This record gives sequence, C-alpha cells and structure tokens, in this order.
Amino acid sequence: MKLMVSFSRKKVSEPIIARAVMDTGVLINVERARIEPTEGDVLIDVPDESARTVCMKMRELGATVSVLRDAIIRDEDECVDCGACISVCPQEAFSFDSDWKLSLDQPRCVLCGRCIQACPHGALSLQK
Amino acid sequence: MRDKYSTMEKSIDEINTRIHDGNARVVTAEEMPDIVAELGEEAALREVDVVTTGTFGAMCSSGAFFNFGHADPPIRMERVWLNDVEAYGGIAAVDAYIGATQQSTTQGDRYGGAHVIEDLISGRSIELRAISRGTDCYPRRTVTTNLLLEDFNDATMLNPRNAYQCYNAATNSTDRILHTYMGTLLPNCGNVSYSGAGVLSPLANDPTYRVIGSGVPIFLGGAQGMIVGEGTQSSPATGFATLMTTGDLTRMSPDYIRAATFQGYGVTMYVGLGVPLPVTDLTVVRSTAVRDEDLTTGIVDYGVPYRDRPTLRRISYAELKSGRIELDGEEVKTSSLSSYRKAREVAETLKNWVEMGSIDLALPTRRVDRTRRTHPMRETNLVPRVREVMETKVVCITEDEPITEAALKLLRGETNHLPVLNGDHRLVGIVTTYDVTKAVARPDDRVAVRDVMTRKVVRTTPEEAVDIAAQKLDRNNISALPVVDPQNRVIGMLTALNLGKLLGGRWKA
Repeated sequence: MKLMVSFSRKKVSEPIIARAVMDTGVLINVERARIEPTEGDVLIDVPDESARTVCMKMRELGATVSVLRDAIIRDEDECVDCGACISVCPQEAFSFDSDWKLSLDQPRCVLCGRCIQACPHGALSLQK
Repeated sequence: MRDKYSTMEKSIDEINTRIHDGNARVVTAEEMPDIVAELGEEAALREVDVVTTGTFGAMCSSGAFFNFGHADPPIRMERVWLNDVEAYGGIAAVDAYIGATQQSTTQGDRYGGAHVIEDLISGRSIELRAISRGTDCYPRRTVTTNLLLEDFNDATMLNPRNAYQCYNAATNSTDRILHTYMGTLLPNCGNVSYSGAGVLSPLANDPTYRVIGSGVPIFLGGAQGMIVGEGTQSSPATGFATLMTTGDLTRMSPDYIRAATFQGYGVTMYVGLGVPLPVTDLTVVRSTAVRDEDLTTGIVDYGVPYRDRPTLRRISYAELKSGRIELDGEEVKTSSLSSYRKAREVAETLKNWVEMGSIDLALPTRRVDRTRRTHPMRETNLVPRVREVMETKVVCITEDEPITEAALKLLRGETNHLPVLNGDHRLVGIVTTYDVTKAVARPDDRVAVRDVMTRKVVRTTPEEAVDIAAQKLDRNNISALPVVDPQNRVIGMLTALNLGKLLGGRWKA
C-alpha cells in the first residue's frame, strides 16, 4: 500500500523514516521524496498488513499520513487512447491492452506527474 | 456469381452496384493482408470489393470556413474572434477561416481554434466578436453575439494538410527534456514517439495513388467528406504525400474531432480520417496487402535545432507498435501520439457505411502528381550568425591565477564574465562577477580561479544561428556565451547585450 507522509521540520525533528523502520520493524520502500528546508513529502510503499502500524507510528512522530488509492485520475471521456503517456512514465504504469485501449496499473504510480503534462487531451490529473 | 471478373479488373460501377445490392465484400486494411495471403492476389481481387482505412491523430493543419449571416445594420468584418481566438477575416463581409492551432488571446495554449471547432460540434455556444472601420455599404463597426453551430449559414471544415503518407518517429539526444509537437521527448534518447496508424493508414495502402485523389469520398470527423486533392507540402516523390480534405462540420462528431494541447508547443486538433479504397485491380490488392512489418519510417533526432535533422535509424511500424525498440544498443520505450483504437473505429465505421450503401465510391477526378516534391524555403536574407554580432575582444583568465586577479580583470575589462583557459589556451570554465563576489564574501581555502569557476560551460560557435544562441541564454538563464572554434579556443563572447542590439531589445541584459 502506498502512503504519502508529509512533515514539517517544526513538528518532526528526527529522521522519521529511519525511526519508523526501527520502531516497527516494517521494511519501508521509499518511492519518491521531496525534501525542502522546512518541510517534506515522502511517498512510501509498505506491505498492506503493516500499513496501519506504520501510519500510527508516523502520526505519533508528528507527520500527517494519507493512503493513496487511484492517485492518478483518468478521464475516460477525454482520453482517446493515444498512448502519449506510455513512454514518459518511469514506472511503466501505462500500457495498451489487446484492443489498444489504454490501461493504468495504479499501484505502480509514484506520482511524478510527468504523464499529466504529457497528455495532449488533459485527461490525466492528480487526486487532490 | 463472381466469375464475371475474369478480366483481372473491376470497374468502379461494378463495385458500386454490388454496394447498392448489398453484396459487396468490405474489409478493413488490417484484415486484408491475411485474406491476400490465404487466397492469393487474383482470388482476393475477385473476393474483396472495398478496403477501408482509418487514422486518428494530431493534424495541426486543419480548420474551418464559416459564414455567420448578415447583421443589421450590416458589417464587413475585418477582424474576427470566436471565443477570443482570432479567425482570418480577409475573405469578405461575414466569412472567416479559423485555424486549429490559433491560440486564444486570453487563455494561451489552453484554448485555441481546435477547441472552438470541438465546442461548436458538441453543441456549445460560442461568442463571435468582430470589428470594422465601417463603409457606406457596411456601416456597422462592431458586433458581438453568441452563436450555436446551427445558427451559421455554413461551417465547412477544410484541412490543408492531413493524412501524411508517412511521418518521422522522434527522439531526443540532448541532455534536457524537449516539448515538441511529437510530444514529450525524454533526454538522452529516453523514449521514442511516433504518429500514424501503420497498416490502417490511408496513403500507406495506396502508395502509387491509384485510387486516392481529388473527388474521392472519405470519412472525416465522423461525417462524409471528400479529398480536395494533394495537401500542402505534399511530396509524393519522396514518399511523403499529404491530402487536402473537406467536410461538413455540422455533421461531424466530437468522437472524431478532438482539440488537444502539446505542452510547450501549443494547440492542435485530433482528426479521424478514413478513405475507402475500391479494389479495382491487382495493384490495389497488392498495396492493401501491406503489413506493419513492411511500413518503415525514420527515427529523427529532434535535439538538433535545424531543419535537416539526422535520422538515427529506420524502423518498422511493427517494431514501434511493440512498445520497445532498440536504439544504439539500448532498449527504448515507444509512445504513439495517434490512437490506434480510434483508427480502427474509423475503419470499422467506414466499413459499415459501405456495407449499408450509405456512401458511393468514386475514382479520382484528378490524380496525384507522383513527381512532385516539396523543397525548403528560399531565404534571401540569411539568418544572422553568431560571428556577426559577437564581441571579438575577449578578456580571459587561466585556471591557475588567483581569484584577486579575476576580480581585477573583471573590473578593468568592464565585463561580468571571464572565460577560463587551461595551459593549452583551451576553454575549461567560466567565472562571473557573482562567483568572485561569493568567494570574497565567504573566504575559505579557495584561492585559485579553478576553485570557483563553473566547469560546465554553455558555449556557442561562430556559425551558429543567433536564434539558437538566444535560446541557450534563455534556457540556462545566463547572459553570456563564450564563442569557441573547433579546437575549443575562445574567439569571442556573445552577450545578451549583443543580441539586444540585433533583435530589438528583446535580449537586454
């Protein structure tokens, strides 16, 4: 399961990911991180059964955590199945099915946003 | 009985009779190769009457003519805007032509001519605004009104250049991301994008232009349209023919006309287009038997900012459609920009029209000139080169000299940039006033120029077009470029100030 962990330096002073791994014993996979001087967001992937434990630990450490499901929204009316998104995705989340219809494998997405810009039809957006 | 076709030819009248009788055998260009392989060419000629093609992709060279009807008092519209997108009004009183790529004066690349066309087809109201100087016969000077497509006298799509016979695939060898009409191109040949339906593509199924030409009925944007003739820039002699097409906008569907925006490039329009090919002889049988494996195009490097871009390799549509290709020993992902699913839909719909007898086939009334080729622009005023505007008196410094020497040279030379040379007088870096100031303000163990210089120098050459040099300044957010010869020796400096003099103040420092 993918979790978006957001924190600010004011509330979180210690290395939060490392602390969560040590305290929970759960192996956390960092998929994308944006660290600014005063704040940061980290997208992590954890085993489904451990998600609750990790969530609670992160919150205890002062971060806000949201569960990501269907992070990229595809507007089926706007999409024409051209495939402009396929090769720009670093995670290979997009592909054609046998009928040349575009399919999106949500769990692979790491929210880099490249496909949103590459879509000529404005059919892709980020879930708020 | 099919044996009456023993002459190895079928007339268009015979084919149309079969269509009207409901007996015609119609297949798509995707189905044809297997039929020919199974039956053989002669039996396929007897068996198949029509092959339908289809494509659905970005066709920038598209637009529509409108006639709005006369206002009271009447106006001779000189400038015309539809939802703030300017249409060309230099064609008499209340006519205008809107181009698909024209962008809104208020919304930039988020809205353009293609969006106006899509909105009209979708039944949405648009605002017409026009101005005029007023004449004795047309006294009115301004008009503003909201119109639906049904309010127009005429709305005729006319696309000057559609349905390319073949189009290059694109990649990018530079180290930065490019935003082009071929979509997003990742750095270091990180992806390849292509356009075109391959096996379903209209002109790819008639490369000798036997049954495609003026007057031929087609599927255009969901309505029945027609081929006007060769498109602009058509180059049959080099295998890059194009078609000029027309159709009644009021009968089109947003399923097959879609406005789009390529980031960093602008507005374009996706058009669904298909041509039904009457199978009149063995030449048509052979050309419609083509497969993706047989159709090739070149992968062109869009990282080169000149007209004649290098082709890195030839590639078949079968390889492109597989999603991965090999380029310089590396596996590279491919993206199509046109929709193959929609192309199939076009070919299937067209097949249905022919089977239902709702479209009459016709042979070209004027054939494509196979010898025609397009040529580049004849430029009488050569584009200025860096050599003509660069500063030839350049103050340089060597990497071993102390920072204080750099400060003195900057001051004395009245410049903000010092190219840094090594012992062989080759360019190895650049220092700016800012670099020196920073080194002085925060003194540490850095004493020599090499400790503070920028090593990755953006540079230009004397023969480079100034527009390309200007783009380098802009993109890197810098204000000077060392000009180097092939041995990497500094022979000049190009600054924003030099460009400012040339390009009318746009590049002031």
